Amino acid sequence: MSQMINLKIDGESILVPEGTTVMDAAEQIGIHIPRLCYHPDLSLEGNCRVCVVAVEGFDHGLASCATKAWEGMEVQTNSPMIRQARRDIVELLLDNHPKDCQTCDRDGNCELQNLSYRMGVRERLFEGKRKQFPIDDAGASVVRNAEKCILCGRCIRVCGEIQGVFNLSQHGRGFTTVVGPANLTPMDESACIQCGQCVNVCPTAAFLEQDHTERVWKALSHRRKDKHVVVTTAPAIRAALGEAFGLPMGTPVTGKMVTALRRMGFDAIFDVNFSADLTIMEEAHELLKRLAGEGPLPLLTSCSPGWVSFLEKFYPELIPHMSSCKSPMQMQSTLIKTYYAQQKGIDPKDIYVVSVMPCVAKKFEAARPEHVLDGMPTTDAVITTRELAVMIKSYGIDFQRLPDGEFDHPLGTSSGAGDIFGATGGVMEAALRTAAFKLTGQNLGNLDLTMVRSDHGAIREASINLAGQTINVAVADGLQNAKILLEAVKRGEKKYHLIEIMACPGGCICGGGQPYPPIGTYTLNPELAKARAKALYSIDAAKTIRCSHDNPDIQKLYADFLGEPLSAKAHELLHTHYTARTPRGIR
Amino acid sequence: MSDHCHGSTDNWPELERGYRAMLPEDVLAFIDASRGREHSESMLIATLHMVQGHFGHLGPGHLEAIAQLMQIPLAKVTGVATFYHYFRLQPRGKYLINVCLGTACYVKGAEKIAQKLRDELGIHFGETSKDGIFSLESTRCVGTCGLAPVVMIGDEVHGPLTPSQIPTLLEGYLARAAEDLAPAAASDSR
Ligand code: SF4
Ligand code: SF4
Ligand code: SF4
Ligand code: FES
Repeated sequence: MSQMINLKIDGESILVPEGTTVMDAAEQIGIHIPRLCYHPDLSLEGNCRVCVVAVEGFDHGLASCATKAWEGMEVQTNSPMIRQARRDIVELLLDNHPKDCQTCDRDGNCELQNLSYRMGVRERLFEGKRKQFPIDDAGASVVRNAEKCILCGRCIRVCGEIQGVFNLSQHGRGFTTVVGPANLTPMDESACIQCGQCVNVCPTAAFLEQDHTERVWKALSHRRKDKHVVVTTAPAIRAALGEAFGLPMGTPVTGKMVTALRRMGFDAIFDVNFSADLTIMEEAHELLKRLAGEGPLPLLTSCSPGWVSFLEKFYPELIPHMSSCKSPMQMQSTLIKTYYAQQKGIDPKDIYVVSVMPCVAKKFEAARPEHVLDGMPTTDAVITTRELAVMIKSYGIDFQRLPDGEFDHPLGTSSGAGDIFGATGGVMEAALRTAAFKLTGQNLGNLDLTMVRSDHGAIREASINLAGQTINVAVADGLQNAKILLEAVKRGEKKYHLIEIMACPGGCICGGGQPYPPIGTYTLNPELAKARAKALYSIDAAKTIRCSHDNPDIQKLYADFLGEPLSAKAHELLHTHYTARTPRGIR
Repeated sequence: MSDHCHGSTDNWPELERGYRAMLPEDVLAFIDASRGREHSESMLIATLHMVQGHFGHLGPGHLEAIAQLMQIPLAKVTGVATFYHYFRLQPRGKYLINVCLGTACYVKGAEKIAQKLRDELGIHFGETSKDGIFSLESTRCVGTCGLAPVVMIGDEVHGPLTPSQIPTLLEGYLARAAEDLAPAAASDSR
């Protein structure tokens, strides 16, 4: 048992375990000390000084996020001196910041804006020289605007500590300090794997996703004349979109989302969950082939484009292990422009595919040269959940009051297995459900394979016995965890048959394109991941069809169009390849 | 891992060969000796010093080779290299201009001279002009306070100077640089 410590905060005595920071201690008695660089799920930086408090015996303020309480300590969180100091700090930050909140992407959800308001800053007193840097908006996925950066270092920390990419750092010193990739190269030429976690943790608009809303509005504006505009939504959208409209975390909103899309004027509304089922069909058969000795084990899943880039930059020697399956998004877009186009008798050139994704890296994936059909991009636009929310708001749709709608056919039905793709471990669970059926001839008695779900740690392992064969599997979310897992495999300590990796911590439900939670909740908060995952598992549990191979529309797709899993046609349309890329990442 | 996983898809052997070719032997030996040990920031700084000592500056290729061979993220390496003033990220120009910012020169308006030089050359301290002729640096007292404000170009001292004299002064050196290049160009076209 750790020792307890007595201290006084604003005159109130409080007992806390040794090692508690002053910030956390204050929280316990209901005092929320303002903060900016602090992030509860990242290492301490303690550089913004916004969280200063006065401590008896010190003539300067101490940073409460980085100061541990000690016995007999007396703290003032709101003395006149401290209030003034905090305000000065925020005013100095603003002095060096553009004045364009009204036209800023983070307007209304910006920690700096919110903090200034709460500190009572109502005018700008300091008017000095402001730093000026070019905006890097050439990247397919991530836009960097250093003028909005307040140097809190959260992006540097998430990119290194959670993603293991270490793509960002501070450059230069003093007034001209700037955060960016090595040599401030454009994002797409850096080691960046486009996950967008820096976008999620940035308190301001210094990191954003590349905007695709304009092209979607444009496509919608000439619909029914020369374009058939199809939208398709990833599994994770329905678990988080409601948050952007004030619904509690993890409220499933599938039906309202479909209605909103219908009102916006899309000609057909499909569900990427359908192609999640399709991915499972292809990937499970790939696994069976490899179990039979064709191709290397372990097989690595390939749905997460951030992970795909990571493999290509950091572990290119493992490319032969990667499943050749396209991501569900690319399978879906391909089917829209082939299978669906054929059924509808529409020239694929006249179809415009909009994908709604929880993911920033999907924009990069859509732009990869492999993903073309007759010279056209397979997916024409990728909007994040955040961008969809902005579009719905700008349309004037009252989301909360929408009735439930239904996806269109034939690419709108999914089994419960497809639905859980959005949570880490979901692909594994779905794959095992189908592999079990293929190996034993019947479905598992209990389809809830909870041992691969995220409540069992950041890296999960499981063994399952199927028709006398033990299948060893592992799951990792967050690329730093993936590194740990892959290194263990490379050292030969671990032998697995199938490994699922998702770039984002928690899986797609916490992807780089998901709604910013309300200020005060952080994107890496495990409770947020849990609530969103619960939404998906509840959708799965409520379905009668819970295995990809039982999805009747999938069966029909194979019967009418593809033949069988891994057929020549399936290979041509649903599979892809990978290449080693530079700059090579540092492992 | 299985036998299938090495070989053709791995670009490391080729990359490593390229990176090794970019650095001198003593640096490679230093890096090799430190392999497997914890990389402290001071080790990185020592390596940067060695490479700058050898080449006179740290180019993007050198930084990348250091990062890859030491297995330190490149962003960290360029972050360190841009933080410390003594690392030069561009090759030195033909003429090094040192503006004296010592007390005597400062009092006599050295900052105005410095500003004029920055404007004329379009560079900041620590940088090299696009044509590669001039590098701009500042220094503290060159011991000729009687001539303040003073600028050293190469090993020649100029002073006292006014900002309006700067363009003519630079033109003189540009002409010299052109003369030095002329015979070379003539022999090139032989
Ligand atoms: S980042 Fe925040 S403070 Fe800065 S302009 Fe945007 S909304 Fe305003
Ligand atoms: S997108 Fe991901 S990999 Fe790229 S800089 Fe941001 S956190 Fe790092
Ligand atoms: S880009 Fe954003 S997260 Fe990164 S240091 Fe700047 S303000 Fe902080
Ligand atoms: S929040 Fe404590 S120093 Fe930034």
